[in-house]
Amino acid sequence: MEIENLGKILRQHPFLEGLPEHDLEVVIGCASSVRFTDGTYLMHEGDVANKFYLIRSGRIALETDLNARGTMRIQTVGPGEVLGWSWLISPFRWHFSAFAVSDVLAIALDGECLRRKCENDHDFGFDMLRRLAQVMERRLEATRMQLLDLYGTDAKVPS
Amino acid sequence: MIVEDTDAPAIVEEPPRALNDPMVVRPVNIRKVIWETDDTFTLNLDVGSLGDRFVFHPGQFNMLYVFGLGEAAISISSNAAQTRALSHTIHRVGVVTTGLAQLKRGDAIGLRGPFGTGWPLSAARGKDVCIVAGGIGLAPLRPVMYALLEERTAYERIILLYGARSPLDLLYRVELESWANENQVEVLVTVDRGDSSWKGYIGVVTNLFSYIKLDARATVAYVCGPETMMKYTIDELERRGLPEDQVYLSMERNMKCAVGFCGHCQFGPEFICKSGPVYALPRVRFLLDKREI
Repeated sequence: MEIENLGKILRQHPFLEGLPEHDLEVVIGCASSVRFTDGTYLMHEGDVANKFYLIRSGRIALETDLNARGTMRIQTVGPGEVLGWSWLISPFRWHFSAFAVSDVLAIALDGECLRRKCENDHDFGFDMLRRLAQVMERRLEATRMQLLDLYGTDAKVPS
Repeated sequence: MIVEDTDAPAIVEEPPRALNDPMVVRPVNIRKVIWETDDTFTLNLDVGSLGDRFVFHPGQFNMLYVFGLGEAAISISSNAAQTRALSHTIHRVGVVTTGLAQLKRGDAIGLRGPFGTGWPLSAARGKDVCIVAGGIGLAPLRPVMYALLEERTAYERIILLYGARSPLDLLYRVELESWANENQVEVLVTVDRGDSSWKGYIGVVTNLFSYIKLDARATVAYVCGPETMMKYTIDELERRGLPEDQVYLSMERNMKCAVGFCGHCQFGPEFICKSGPVYALPRVRFLLDKREI
C-alpha cells in the first residue's frame, strides 16, 4: 500500500484523530496494512507482543483459555477501535488471544518501532500514552460493568 | 439536598387507562406459553373476557395476579395495534413470576390494567430513533418496535442496541433477525459472555455506540434495562451530544396498587406506577445517582 494511502487511512482512524501531521509521519513509519481472514488468529495468549492494530473493518474476539472449561470469549473489538496495548507495557506479552470472527482489515503498528520513537520524542510518547490511556479507561469501565452481571437474576429491571 | 427539575417535561401523550375499576381483577386465560430462554417466557393471553379488545400504549404495564400467590407488575410486550392479542414477557425471579412460569395453556390468571405512561412516540416522528435495551428490558420496548414499523416511513433511521448476558439469554431472536433484514432497522446485539460458537459482539451494550454514528440533534433515544446500564447509556448518549430532553427511560420499582395510593413504587417525588414507568430524562435525572432512593 502506498504511503499516501496509509496516511489517509491513519488520519481517519478515531485513535489518531487530531494527531499533528509530523507525528502522523512518525506513525506511518511504523505502520503497515494487514488483512486477516475469518477464522484466523491475530495473536496468541503468552506470545511476545510486538504489534498493535487499528481496526478498519471486521470483528475480532478476545479469548482466554480456561483449560478443561474450553475457550471463553470475553470481548470483541471492531472498526474504529484499537487491539492490544501489551506492546507498551513490560513484559510485552499478550494477555489474551485474538481471533478474527469475520474478515478483518487493519493497520498493524510495529510496537518496538513505536516504543523507540516514544523514547526519542517524549511529547510524541506522551500523546501516544494519553490516547492509549483513554482506550484503557473505556475498556476498564466496560469490564467493570460486565463484572456486575447486570442481567443476572438479582438485577432490577422492568419485566 | 435533592433539587427537583420542575421544568422538566412530563410524558404528554395521554395513555389508555385501566378498564372499569382499576382495583378490580379480571380473569383472563392463557392462550400460549412461549419459553424465550431458560428463565424467561412469554404469556399470550386471551382477551375475550376483557371485552374482546385490549387497548394500551407501548410502555404501559399490567398487574398480573396468580391466584393464591399475589400480583406482579409486568410490561406489555405485544403489538398495541393488535388489540385482540396481549402478551407479557416475564423473567422468572420471584414468587409470583415463578407461579406464572408454572401455568400452562388454558389456565386463568387475574389482570388489572393497563397502567402507567408509555413511550412518547410522537417525539420521534421525523427523527432517528435509538433504542437501547438490556436483558429483559427489551420486552417493554418491543411494542415500540412494532409501532415504529407500522409507520416505518414516519421515522428516519431506527437503531436497536441490545445487550444480554449470553447468546442463550437473547429474547425474540427470530424477530431481531427479521427487523434487521426486512425492516431497515440497524440491529446490533451484544452479549456479556460468549463461547466460540458466537460470532456476534461481546461486551456491554454501551460498547455498541462505537459502531454507530448518531445525529445527536435529530435522534430520540428510548432506554430500558437495569438502572446501572441505563446510567452508563445516558453517559454515552451525552458523550455523543444527545440533549437530555431527547432521552426517555423506563424505571422500575416494586409496584403494588398501580394507581398511586400505596407508595411502594415511590421514586423521590414520583410514584412510578402513575407518573412512570417511562420518563423524560430531565424529570428523573437528579434521582439517578441518589443511593438512598
